[in-house]
Amino acid sequence: MSSENSTLVKLNNAGFKQNDKWLVEGVSLTVEKGKIVTLIGPNGSGKSTTAKIALGIYKNIEGSVEKYTNKVGYVPQKISIDWTLPLRVYDFMLLTENIKDEAIDEALTLTGVIHLKNKNLGNLSGGEFQRVLIARAISKKPELLVLDEPVQGVDYTGEIALYELIKRISDTLNCGILLISHDLHTVMTATDHVVCLNGHVCCSGSPMDVAKNNEYKTLFGEQASQILSVYEHKHDHVHSDKGEIKKN
Amino acid sequence: MFDDFFIRALIAGLGIALVTGPLGCFVVWRRLSYFGDTLAHSALLGVTLAYSFELNIALSVFIISSLIALILIQLQKKTNLPGDALLGLLAHSSLAVGLVVIGFLTFIRFDIMGLLFGDILAVTTDDLLIIWTGGAVILLVLKLIWKPLFASTVNYELAEAEGLNPDRAKAIFTILMAAVIAISIKMVGLLLITGMLIIPAAMARNISDSPQKMVLFSIIGGLLSVLLGLFSSLEFNTSSGPSIIMAALVLFILSLLNIKQSIKLKN
Repeated sequence: MSSENSTLVKLNNAGFKQNDKWLVEGVSLTVEKGKIVTLIGPNGSGKSTTAKIALGIYKNIEGSVEKYTNKVGYVPQKISIDWTLPLRVYDFMLLTENIKDEAIDEALTLTGVIHLKNKNLGNLSGGEFQRVLIARAISKKPELLVLDEPVQGVDYTGEIALYELIKRISDTLNCGILLISHDLHTVMTATDHVVCLNGHVCCSGSPMDVAKNNEYKTLFGEQASQILSVYEHKHDHVHSDKGEIKKN
Repeated sequence: MFDDFFIRALIAGLGIALVTGPLGCFVVWRRLSYFGDTLAHSALLGVTLAYSFELNIALSVFIISSLIALILIQLQKKTNLPGDALLGLLAHSSLAVGLVVIGFLTFIRFDIMGLLFGDILAVTTDDLLIIWTGGAVILLVLKLIWKPLFASTVNYELAEAEGLNPDRAKAIFTILMAAVIAISIKMVGLLLITGMLIIPAAMARNISDSPQKMVLFSIIGGLLSVLLGLFSSLEFNTSSGPSIIMAALVLFILSLLNIKQSIKLKN
């Protein structure tokens, strides 16, 4: 029963078909409390679709989804917001749940955009908006965080800091994270479990297991797995004593 | 000082403005103005049925408008026609059917102008009761579904992913639209109800930087439009609906001045 209790969402052989075309099929994965599961794969491999299946956005799916929590924070990959709505960052933070002002300030401070609190959402840059999206998702203190390319458009140093933040949040809130990312370098260091997708599950396991997998090598190229092992090696040496990653 | 009918019209109009203010914001945000038009046009059929079977007009309009909304949802699912074509199809055919039915009801004298453009003389004490209790229920329900409705207006997938059930909120909102049309048809007229929903909300958008402010200004704009409109209707002996909508238009034009200023400030 203890493993049942720590499970937040479980996909059993799940798939989704749109206009008679499978977007993704046969995906089984489990996100547990305090664990980070990362989905990787080429464009159109069904990463976002898998996330939406896990979130219950897609209804008519094959297989099944078991969701054990309703406290969910979601950072979607694409978000089209209609700017005819007068919406400040502050209003956006309260979108799906009434959160205390202190929690809002704390989350916006963590992602470095507290100065934008009263700005209109439509006037933010892509990177700023992405930081607000992350702040909104974590301010709810969710049990399950689903992050679909969360750092897109964020500057390089910010990217590293945000991944650090995501790792820290998973530790402090003990929440489970389903992460989608293109950036093999940064992702792998913090990830507990990697699922490599290409319309179906190619391979899955710990980052190192996946890096050694032949299917992974054919999908991403020999270089990618070398990058990964190099990074694993470097990993021990580039942390500062404050626990922050330092660039060389 | 004023005649009874005028006092009744004022109370009715103010009650309607309290409801159309917040609902109108959602109509603007969700781009539903043609949807509102379609429901309003179908209201004529509701009125004729009310006369034929001696039903309450508001109730009959509410039922027909809800029915048309249901048919629209079904057509959207089952055909490949674009939404605006389906809206036009339903709006004009229900209007046509309504007019044909009126043609058959030769034993009743219809004030077509009153139906299309509103008639303050037509508001009875019973109507006041319907407007204010109906309006209170509409506002209460809107308050209850506010969070999921607003969240899914901003982004459907976020609302769905974080467990807010946006589909249910949308369905309930559709019923609220039918209800607001039902309670305001006598006063504003079926051709102008959508104006009452959109124009104060559009005015409010020009002077608001948050959703709450926009709702508040939309309500205030609606109330002012009713006051200005009804007094000028009395003064110049014009139909109540067009007078109210014209007052709203004047407020909208004034709100444009605010936009010009804020653009200047930005530069």
